[in-house]
Amino acid sequence: MATRKSPYPYWFVLPAAVIFTALFLVPTAASFWFSLTRWDLFTTQFIGLDNYRQFFREPFLIQGLINTIIYAVTTSVTKTILGLLLAVLLTSGIWAQGLLRTVIFFPVLVSTIGVGITFSVLMHPTRGLINVTLAAMGIHGPGWLTDPALALYSIVLVDLWKGIGLATVIYIAGLASISPDYIEAARIDGATRRQMFFRVTVPLVKPATITVVTLSLIGGLRSFDLIWAMTRGGPGFSSDVLASVIYKQYQAGFYGLSTAGNVILFVLIGAIILPITAWFNRKEVDL
Amino acid sequence: MTRRQLYIGIASLIACGLIFVLPFLFIFITAAKTKQDAASLTFTLPQEWRLLQNFIEVIQTRNYMLLLAYFNSTIITVTAVSLLVLLGAMVGYILQRRPSGWNRIIYGSVLAGLMIPPAVVPTIWVLQSIGLFKSITGMILIQVAYGLAFTVLMFRSFIATIPRDLDEAAIIDGAKPLQIFFRVVLPLLKPVTVTIIVVQSIAIFNDFTNPLYYLPGRENVTVQLTLYNFQGQFQTQYNLLFMNILLVTIPPLIVFVFFNRQIVAGMTAGAVKG
Repeated sequence: MATRKSPYPYWFVLPAAVIFTALFLVPTAASFWFSLTRWDLFTTQFIGLDNYRQFFREPFLIQGLINTIIYAVTTSVTKTILGLLLAVLLTSGIWAQGLLRTVIFFPVLVSTIGVGITFSVLMHPTRGLINVTLAAMGIHGPGWLTDPALALYSIVLVDLWKGIGLATVIYIAGLASISPDYIEAARIDGATRRQMFFRVTVPLVKPATITVVTLSLIGGLRSFDLIWAMTRGGPGFSSDVLASVIYKQYQAGFYGLSTAGNVILFVLIGAIILPITAWFNRKEVDL
Repeated sequence: MTRRQLYIGIASLIACGLIFVLPFLFIFITAAKTKQDAASLTFTLPQEWRLLQNFIEVIQTRNYMLLLAYFNSTIITVTAVSLLVLLGAMVGYILQRRPSGWNRIIYGSVLAGLMIPPAVVPTIWVLQSIGLFKSITGMILIQVAYGLAFTVLMFRSFIATIPRDLDEAAIIDGAKPLQIFFRVVLPLLKPVTVTIIVVQSIAIFNDFTNPLYYLPGRENVTVQLTLYNFQGQFQTQYNLLFMNILLVTIPPLIVFVFFNRQIVAGMTAGAVKG
């Protein structure tokens, strides 16, 4: 008998592999080469590391790099902490918790551009609802998006508004998977509410924490739409991040420099995400 | 429920209403105002309700651009999601059923797809060299390429729960590989397929960055790009701008009402140790 063909032929993978390779892997690999050139899409001129040198020499490009890290870290940390606290609140049996979950989650599904435009109106320095409300309480509201020192953090707040629902539902799923036996055992041992949270809930919800931290870090590092809709990176370059720098350089026709930005973003994501996942996976849950 | 739980519930609901519902109300009332009324940016009821007039006016803007955008976005979303489901299920199936040295390469690619930001200009270069830059077809293939990693992972873990005995029985009955996949396995994947359809549809419909790069030009406009274009044009017509935001928010809202459970299931995958 001839060798029977497998019922699971490899060609099943082929169509997906062709699309993924042509439109994702090839451009990614090619970006390393193009980042070393002066490039107008038709002709390339090899210029070595000049694009990278320029990137780290121009103050506004460095600012973009720093802003990217600030943006990713602040959104990720706040989503992780607030997401867990909200999830604990919304699984504690309070009144209308199903409705509350729905309301908090819905912004996740809404168009980022729509959210960005809405909040840039609400954050208008003199006529926006936020500052009008603050003024009614006798507080002089800041120029949320017009103050260069504040703009980036105002966008972080909106990102939090839009994304907290996702972190919360992930944590709710994580909390639901904790065996009631642990909670019961801790209660019998006389654990306080505080001990219960830090010694039982936090360690056992670790898979959810890993998901929230990595998802929000990757999302934060790549973030573009919200920033573009709200400030276009301004005022000045104060809320520029790598993704918006990449777009601006692309618009200006500096394709090599734009691609170098892409490579830097790629390396940055790798340098942040890989050690964090390794660290999470090594550290065992100790009870 | 204790009295305490009731009070905390009420307090949370008020806070939630102020923080999460108010912005949507603001969108709605601004979309119903007259031009002058909306320009004040205040949170007050419209002096004159013009919901229908604003709706018609925003549809007619720039020679019915919004209708064209809805048409384009629908074509892109439906085609890309169909391809994703079909191709993603096939990869997940082989990955789960036929362990081999190739699996490491596939897993590596999936991980790369989830993490690495797409290299935009080189992608434009590839699209241009195969004649698909600025085309709906190119946009569809891009969405497929970017959505595959997540789709394959979802399918793979779901297929692991389907007993191999079913395949074996079909093999003994003389079924060919394609028949086994389409007649036996694919119908059983319905729950995860619904989740993927819903989650990916929303992601692709809401996508702004990729059409911005790969689909410039008026005739290829997508829904999210109209918002971006109108943001400049409607600087003095907030009522129309917010009517547009309202229209863009409605499709996800409808999907959410019907598929809340599937969306949450898809987005929380991985949160539980598996």
